[in-house]
Amino acid sequence: MSPVFYLISAITLAGSLAAMLLQRTVHCALAVTVAFAGLALLFLSLDAEFAGLVQILIYIGAVAILVIFAILLTRSAGAPRGEVFSPHWKAGVAIAAVLFVVLGGALLRSIAVLPHETAAPAVTMRDIGNAIVGRYVLPLEIMALLLTAATIGGVIIAVLEIGGEK
Amino acid sequence: MNPLAAYLAVAALLFAIGLAGALIRRNPIIVLIGIELMLNAANLNFIAFWRYGPHPEALTGMIFAIFSIAVAAAEAAVGLGLVIAIYRHAQTFALDKMNRMKG
Amino acid sequence: MHGALAANVDQIFILLRDWVVSFLPAALRPFANAVIGVVAIIGVFPSMFALVVVLERKGVGRIQNRYGPNRVGPYGLLQPIADGIKALIKEDIVPSRADALVHFLAPLVLLITVFMGYAVLPVGRNMELVDMDAGLLFFIAMGAATELAVFMAGWSSRNKYSLLGAMRAVAQMISYEVVLLLSTVTVVMISGSMSLPRIVEAQNRYTGVFPNWYVFTPWGLAACVMFVIAGMAETNRSPFDVPEGESEIIAGYHIEYSGFKFAIFFIGEYLAMISMSGLGTTLFLGGWSAPFSFLTWMPSWFWFFAKVFFCLIVYIWIRGTMPRVRQDQLMNFAWKFLLPFTLLDLLVTALWRFMGEGWLRWVVTTAILVAAWVLLGSVESRRRHFGPRRYRYAE
Repeated sequence: MSPVFYLISAITLAGSLAAMLLQRTVHCALAVTVAFAGLALLFLSLDAEFAGLVQILIYIGAVAILVIFAILLTRSAGAPRGEVFSPHWKAGVAIAAVLFVVLGGALLRSIAVLPHETAAPAVTMRDIGNAIVGRYVLPLEIMALLLTAATIGGVIIAVLEIGGEK
Repeated sequence: MNPLAAYLAVAALLFAIGLAGALIRRNPIIVLIGIELMLNAANLNFIAFWRYGPHPEALTGMIFAIFSIAVAAAEAAVGLGLVIAIYRHAQTFALDKMNRMKG
Repeated sequence: MHGALAANVDQIFILLRDWVVSFLPAALRPFANAVIGVVAIIGVFPSMFALVVVLERKGVGRIQNRYGPNRVGPYGLLQPIADGIKALIKEDIVPSRADALVHFLAPLVLLITVFMGYAVLPVGRNMELVDMDAGLLFFIAMGAATELAVFMAGWSSRNKYSLLGAMRAVAQMISYEVVLLLSTVTVVMISGSMSLPRIVEAQNRYTGVFPNWYVFTPWGLAACVMFVIAGMAETNRSPFDVPEGESEIIAGYHIEYSGFKFAIFFIGEYLAMISMSGLGTTLFLGGWSAPFSFLTWMPSWFWFFAKVFFCLIVYIWIRGTMPRVRQDQLMNFAWKFLLPFTLLDLLVTALWRFMGEGWLRWVVTTAILVAAWVLLGSVESRRRHFGPRRYRYAE
């Protein structure tokens, strides 16, 4: 594998580790942004141009900003009050480790039969556009409904009712 | 080494890290960040198989990943709205203490 | 002979690059191509930045009935050199409670994301650094990544005003980013591609003597106006410069930056303005195509830069002329006026596309757009009754 792949994966994994281990929440949010950027580069290295750019646009440009806004609005931006890790952290790490062992084991067993086509599928933006409004129009419409519901729901849940319940 | 295996290994590791973070941390915002990492790991899996797998359908993997990104964004928005509402009610983040449905 | 000479002058930078690269072994050539392109971008656009700074200060000065800087060099043209020397030798103060790593990285991230945007702009015929299939999306994604740098700068300074400026800047940028993206979708719809060189080529036709630029169509003019307004808000330029207004919030998110880091923020802002002008030129003003069909013998890169300078002059003109927009007016404007208008413009563009050639589509689209502008505008400018201010925090 090319050294570029190793570098990008190292950055991604380092960012995600930092996001889960750092003390201050804002640092975690910035570290996970680095992880998102690394993932976008991984997508681009896999010739998935549209997916990589959408990852940058939505995850870094919207989700990360959303997380940061939430951190600032809930006043968790300063020094952490109380414990950062829950008392049962060993169980959590153990579960994640078991999961990784299972996934890694499945991967190692099947490494001989993994497909490895060398030619990237020739997909242009036009094909993606045609597919989204052609074959995948039902998921598109459901996605529109979902986003509308999420917008309305988010506003209703989070807005402070003036004179209502505080 | 099989390039597909390398990408799948990275995705598996990322998923495990996200899961560990979601289970360990007390602050619900960090838990949501862990969930986003897990979704991203699954997306990486999809795109890796789209690139290296056989292609009866040349677009399914990419389209799935794109819709997954959109769903993840919507879910992050609603999740963070919930977090804000809970904080407003409880004035503190102690996820392990919030184990009752009563306020 | 005339045609061949004109074509050679047009492609002169490409020919130069190919000549330089031909000295290298074949394995290194793509890499060398990329490196030369990057060096060219890093050389050309910051020099344009220097020119734009002088232009702006003298232009805004003249609008305000005073001379701009006129001490350094003839007519003050060497002012950027003086500014650069000043920025380099000023002491770099980092507040003691500031988050040192994030404070250091914020201007770098800003500069990197702004420079990345230049990679897809077609500066001339065949003269883009990268011809991505989704070049427009790449540019917008880089603009979205800029917001993060703004937040990093504001938060890491541990200063209330800095954070407030950063939050205002981010809120403004995410609102206008939607308008920016939607106004460019109209161009993508008509030209059929997201790749910027192809969009320019779709506009490189002439009906008689006049060019087929998208700005000369009703939907294109509406989309261009939306784009210019949203572009101004994205780059925090006047009249949308509440986040960095000197009289309001004392430079907002870059209060605590001094010396070279502030110079990097300054460069980043002006480069963002230039790249937004570049994108506007590519999408609406025909990129590198000549304004009249009898002027196509002039090199394409000349026309590109001429149009970018025209856009920059419009930016500077509006900065000098219009008062600053208040934050809530700004957000209302984006969500309640610009966004519905842009969505309507999308519909009108589709109508244009499917109505077929002829005068009817001009009349219908113009009528719809003008009616929408008037109606939305009258809804927006109703008298508001101001009451006591209500804050909506999370507690």
